[in-house]
Formats: sequence, structure tokens, C-alpha cells
Amino acid sequence: MRIALFVTCLNDAFFPRVGIATVTVLERLGHTVTFPAGQSCCGQLHANTGYPDPARVLERSTEAAFAGHDVVVSPSGSCVAHLRAHTRLPVHELSELLVDVLAVTDVGARFPHRVTYHPTCHGLRMLRLGDRPRRLLGAVRDLELLDLPEPEQCCGFGGTFALKNAAVSGAMLDDKCAHAVATGADYLAAADSSCLAHIGGGLARRPGAPRPVHYAEILAATGPGTGP
Amino acid sequence: MTPELSALFAARAGDYRAGVHPCTPAELPDLLATLLAGASGVVLPAGTPPEWTARLGRPTLSGDTLTAAQLDAPGLAVLTGCALAVAETGTLVLDGGVAQGRRLLTLVPDHHVCVVRAAQIVADVPDLVIALPDPTRPLTMISGPSATSDIELNRVEGVHGPRRLDIVCLPPHR
Amino acid sequence: MSRQLPIVAVTPFPRAAAGALRDAQLRANLGRATRTIRDKRAAVVAEVPDWDRLRDRAARVKDDVIDRLPELVAQFARAATAAGATVHHAVDAAAANTVVTELVRAQGVDRVVKVKSMATQEIGLNEALAAAGVTAVETDLAELIVQLADDTPSHILVPAIHYNRGQIRELFARRMPGFHADSDDPAVLAGAAREYLRRTFLAARVAICGANFAVAETGSLVVVESEGNGRMCLTLPDTLIAVVGVEKLLPRFADLGDFLRLLPRSSTGERMNPYTSIFTGVTPGDGPRRLHVVLLDNGRRRMAADPVGRAALRCIRCSACLNVCPVYERVGGHAYGSVYPGPIGAILSPQLTGQDAGHNATLPYASTLCGACYDVCPVKIDIPAILVHLRQTGPKPAAERAAMAWLAWTMRDRRRWRAALRTARAGGRPLRVLTRRHGGRLRRAPWPLSAWTAHRDAPLPAAESFRDWWHRTHDS
Repeated sequence: MRIALFVTCLNDAFFPRVGIATVTVLERLGHTVTFPAGQSCCGQLHANTGYPDPARVLERSTEAAFAGHDVVVSPSGSCVAHLRAHTRLPVHELSELLVDVLAVTDVGARFPHRVTYHPTCHGLRMLRLGDRPRRLLGAVRDLELLDLPEPEQCCGFGGTFALKNAAVSGAMLDDKCAHAVATGADYLAAADSSCLAHIGGGLARRPGAPRPVHYAEILAATGPGTGP
Repeated sequence: MTPELSALFAARAGDYRAGVHPCTPAELPDLLATLLAGASGVVLPAGTPPEWTARLGRPTLSGDTLTAAQLDAPGLAVLTGCALAVAETGTLVLDGGVAQGRRLLTLVPDHHVCVVRAAQIVADVPDLVIALPDPTRPLTMISGPSATSDIELNRVEGVHGPRRLDIVCLPPHR
Repeated sequence: MSRQLPIVAVTPFPRAAAGALRDAQLRANLGRATRTIRDKRAAVVAEVPDWDRLRDRAARVKDDVIDRLPELVAQFARAATAAGATVHHAVDAAAANTVVTELVRAQGVDRVVKVKSMATQEIGLNEALAAAGVTAVETDLAELIVQLADDTPSHILVPAIHYNRGQIRELFARRMPGFHADSDDPAVLAGAAREYLRRTFLAARVAICGANFAVAETGSLVVVESEGNGRMCLTLPDTLIAVVGVEKLLPRFADLGDFLRLLPRSSTGERMNPYTSIFTGVTPGDGPRRLHVVLLDNGRRRMAADPVGRAALRCIRCSACLNVCPVYERVGGHAYGSVYPGPIGAILSPQLTGQDAGHNATLPYASTLCGACYDVCPVKIDIPAILVHLRQTGPKPAAERAAMAWLAWTMRDRRRWRAALRTARAGGRPLRVLTRRHGGRLRRAPWPLSAWTAHRDAPLPAAESFRDWWHRTHDS
């Protein structure tokens, strides 16, 4: 299958490894990935911060960049939710593509670590990803999946909320980090690099805390002792 | 109507700490006498069937004329019927009709005993709002004794309304 | 009236919230209480197989009400009047307060009993009555706690949610005449409130209530409660004054069937609340001899004209959205500066007042848009969508506006975006070297990013952007 990747602006600039992992998984499964170069941002940041006009410009430019593509995938729950609400692009979050469209849960990965999974809000409540990411992680060889306490609680990122309401965001982050630490996991996985940047930035200040990882990176891992 | 509805009503009313007492028509006078044995007096609305009070052995007061202050006398209980009841929620519905009286009768005394006939029980609230004979009568829906959740969101029984609610359920056929 | 309405935030939300966060006891109380109620709600909602269809139907009924407000207001007024009530129309808070104050004065009393009512909170009725020399006694236990403490409510359903039992016992010992219990058992505390208020109820000649629903078809009012204080107020005094927001209307009596299933399960997490009173006009020999209904607009018709924001008028004040909101759970209701706190407050207060009132324009940002509120709303108000809508239509700082415009300008063009990525990468290079011991993360950044690094490390631009990697590996 030919699959167009919407990598997201954040991954492009800060977390290219998430895009690379997505490409790696899909190519390993025998699919052809394309990267329309006209893409940048879906407009979510602008829309949610209160700027509908620039948001519309970016929604339209994203739509134009992916015109003619039948299947679009993105490793970001919140960007997919935004594009689905504001464009007509046939866009799938990575776990939706794998489980629903490609009908695979075992992507041939091996990740010999203890992992806990945080279902990010957009994936949980807007996309209703359900247990898809956990099913994918559950099929990864040598991965031990640990339950995160109060998983459905928001991590406190919320885009510019993290700056505008820094104190509340920090308090929510403290609780999320404490839950993550309590699992004893090596890695905390999630489906959104934005939330992971926030949670990971908090975990980095806690000795012995799990390291943040996008679940696509886990799905891309294979060899012995691999880590992202 | 069905035995299942009666059973559900009894279970749900019991969930909210109402005393629930299934009984036959023959057992009714003695059961009511037992439930009301501790009352200093029993308030009776107009239209109370005579068999309800046959064995009471307590002073009875006509609900028609009592003031709120009189109803506040220590130890008073009130004995009523109801218009309808809701199985799903264990709710009694009073509309001021026969054997129910004014709204304050079932509010000021600390003990309310209510007789429910199985035929009065409807399945759920939407059935109730359709079945009400006259929705413009003063209606009171009662689900368990007076309660509050205002302290740490824990439900505790017993604030301003009756702290004790006993429901007597008569079987489907008479 | 120059007094600020109690739905206007006098402090920006971020500042008020930061202050509330420092109160560890408050957070502990809120955390415990909201967790309790969340679990109870989830259990009773799970019992209803058609819950989602119920929500859809209720949303449709309320949308119909919002579409036909003037018509239904008139229909209600006709029916209630025919049943013996006197109906008043109040365009704003001041008008409503004036009507109620005059009605109370006409009865020659200086003391009224009150059933908990959001509409009267919204208009600051108690303060208006006090200014006219009338004492309003709140009879709901939580409202009584708040009143005894000279505090303001912090939750729609449980205004004293920020107090725990020990604090309530202490308060009663200090402020409730005749209280001398050693126990902080909630049953004992509730019993004390019963003793304290009984005499007040028996002596009251005027009561003031709100309504959970008002039925246009029959002119009926519905008051949903637990303690029996509502029934006391609705049946003992001679005169009853109901202050009812016009959005409380339902077209038909039969509509109550759905709404009385949705409300208790969503608010207290019960299948049914202990007492629901439904009354239509006056009934000779039973209850008050005079019933006045004050139908309150106070910004509602203006709200109804906003195609997105109007859905907030569906709200039945169940407070389920507060109980699941991660922001509310941590900061409590006072931070919202309004009697309507939490997610619903963040969309209701600014719409009722206009975003230029006080700091109400900061309220739509008091959310991560996590969507938990939308999931539990019994009338399916898409609160996150309305929050975004209010952000998009509200005032914004000039610097942010410029930055956002520049970002969009850069991002919408492939060459500019690629150049920006390369500039960021180059700028990040020395930082990546300096921060190597923190795993390539920035621990302290200058303003405005210092708001980020105050709580967490910041990531740095990658050494190679994704598109450069793609170009290197796939485009050749």
C-alpha cells in the first residue's frame, strides 16, 4: 500500500526519530511510504490558541500537500484529530492504520524493557483509539507492559496551556510523573510527541524515572538490547 | 405490574436505606402496627383505608388540620399510600390524592410509612411521567429517607425530611 | 447597581489558580471528593444501556428550547399564570433583584429561607437582599456551611466541597449556636443542621427557590434535592418566590422522563435523588398561597444568538464536568472567580457577561482541552469546542498575535519552513553541546519559555530534521 506520512511540525523539528520509526515500521511491513514535502503544521496550535485565520491557512496548505493521497498516516493523535475535524483528508493515526486498515498487531518488533502506556487525551477521547496502541505494544516480543495508575488523567500539556497556566500544568505533570515512577517501568510510551515532550521534560528531573518514548519507536525496534 | 417490577422496586428502594416490607393484604394490619409501634401518634391523611389502622393501637391524628408546628411534635409518624412508584429507582410518587394528603404531612414527621400496591409500580421515570393522572397536582418523588452528600460527597441519611422511611409492598393481585 | 456580579472574575485565572495550588489541604479535599463522585457516577451510568441515546435526545430537546426561547417563555407564563402563579420577567440581575426585594418587602419580613439555587447565586440575590435589610438563610447543608464560614461556593452541586468533615465540625462549633458535638461523623453534622434549621423553617413566611426545570406546557416547576430543606421551603411558607433562568425550560411535561434520569446520575451519582418536588401554580390547602416566578434572562438570549456558544445553555447544572476536570480537581472552584466554576463555568461566565468583563477572558484558557468534560456531559455540550470558540473570538495579547502570525506565515510555505528548521537546528547546536549531561534537554530558558522550564526540561531542535533525513535517505 502507498501511504503518505504526515510527520507533524513538532516531530519534524524536534523528534525526527518518531517519523523515522513510523517509516521503518511501515516499510518493514512491505508498504511504500511517501513524504509530501509541502506539509508543515496542521493548524491545531493556532486554532486551539485562538487564531482561526492562520489555522485555516495551515489546514488548507496541509490539505493541498496531501491532495490525491488515498491513505495518510500520522504518529500524532492530536494532529489527526484536528485534521479529521477540519479537513477531508483520509488521515489515520498510526495505530488505527495498523490495526484497522492493515489488520496487523504484531509488527515484528522486539523491545526487551518494561513499558507503561499513557493514553493521551486526543487519542483517548477524540479518536477513541481504545486499546489499539496497547494491543500493538502487547504483541512486541520481550516487552513487559505495566499498568499506569489513573491512565485517563490528562498530563497537563494542553498546548499553550503549559505556558499560560504553567502552575496548574506543572501540578498535573507532577501527578502524571509520580504515577509513571510508581509503575517501575523503564519507558513511558504515548501516541503524541507533544505530550511526551512535556511528560519527558518532567521525568528528566526525577532520578530513576521512566524515559519517554513514542510507541512508534518501540514498534520500530528489533535487534537484541534495542532501545530508541 | 409484574412480580419482576415489584422485586426490582423493593431492591432499589432498599439500596437507599428505606425499610422494605413485602406483605399480603391479610398481614398488612399487623405489619403496620409493628412498624408504628414506637410512634407517639400516627398522622393519617384523608382516605386512609380502615384496614390499615385496624390493629394500630396508637393515637391517630387527622392530617387535614394539623399545622407544621403540630406535626413537629416528637415521635410522630405518618402513614400514607402513594400515587405511583418507580421500580428502576425505588421511588415513591405522591400527588396529594387519596391517603396521601398535603405535602408537609410526609415531610415534618420523622418517620414515614408508605403502602405501595404492586399495580402502582411502573418500570422507569419516563413511564411515570406518562402514567401520572394529573401532572399539575403537587407532586413529590421520594427515594429513600432524607439524605445529604454535602460532606466529602458521602451520602448520609437523615437531614430535614423523615429520617426513617418504611415501604410496605402489597403483592400484584388482590 | 454598581456591584460586580459574582460571575465576573476579579483575578486572572492563572494567578488565582497558582494561589489555590499552594493550599495542600484544599487539593487533598478536592481530590478525595471528586474521586468519590466520579466513581459513583460511572457506576450508575453504566447501569443505563441507552445512556448515549438519552444524552442525544436531551441535547435535542434543549436545542429546541434555545431555538424557541421567547415562544416557550410566553407559553410557560400563560400556563403558570392560569395555575395561580404570578410571572415576572427580569432582563438582568439588577431587575431580578429589584423584583424579589420588593416582593419580600411586600410581605413585611426581614428574613427569608432559601433553597440552593444557582440563578440566585448568579445575580447576587443574597447581597441585594442584605442591602435592603433582609437576611437570606441558606438551608442547603453545603450552602449553610459556606454561609457560616463567610465563604463563597466552590462547586455547583456541593458548594462546600473544599471543606472536609473536621473543618466543618470546627466551623459549626464556632458559628452554629447550640452546636456542641465532639464527633465529625457526617451523620452527626447533618443532624446538627437539622436541629439548627428546624425552628427557622417553622417560622419562615417567605421562601426563595430556583428550579431545575420549568415545563412550558404545564407551567410546572421542578426542584431536585436531597435533604428535604427544599421541600420545607416549597411547602411551609405562605409566599414562595422562584428565580428561574429561562434556559431551564422544557417544552413538554413528558420531557422530564429523560431529564430526571440524566440529572441525578450525573450529579450525585445516584439513580434518583431523595426528593423531587414538582408543582404547578398554587394548590389551595397545600403549600404556599402565593407563588411568584421570576424568569431571568441576564445574558441568555444574547448567548442563544451565538451559533457555537449557545450549546452552553443546554446545561442542567449537574456538575459532572467539574468532577472529572483535572484543572478543577487541582485548583477548586474559587480560582474561576464565578459561582459557575469548572469547565462549564469557563464557557458560561464569559458568555453571560461578555469576555470584556473583569478577567473572564482568561477562563476559556483554563483548560487543556482534554475532553473529559464532554464525555460526561448529560446534554452533550462540546465544552472543548466552545472553549476554543471563545478563545478565537476573545481578546488576545498583541505579542502573541504577532508571533502566531509569523509562525503561520513561515509554516505555510515549504521553503520558509525548511529554512526555519535549519536555523533552529543551527541555533540549537551549541545548546545541544552544553546540555549533553541533561540528555540534550534544556533546564532553564529565558522568558517566555521560562514558564516551560520552571516545571520541566525543554527539548532542543534535533541535529537533523525529519525532512532532511528523508531527503538524505529516500529522495536520492
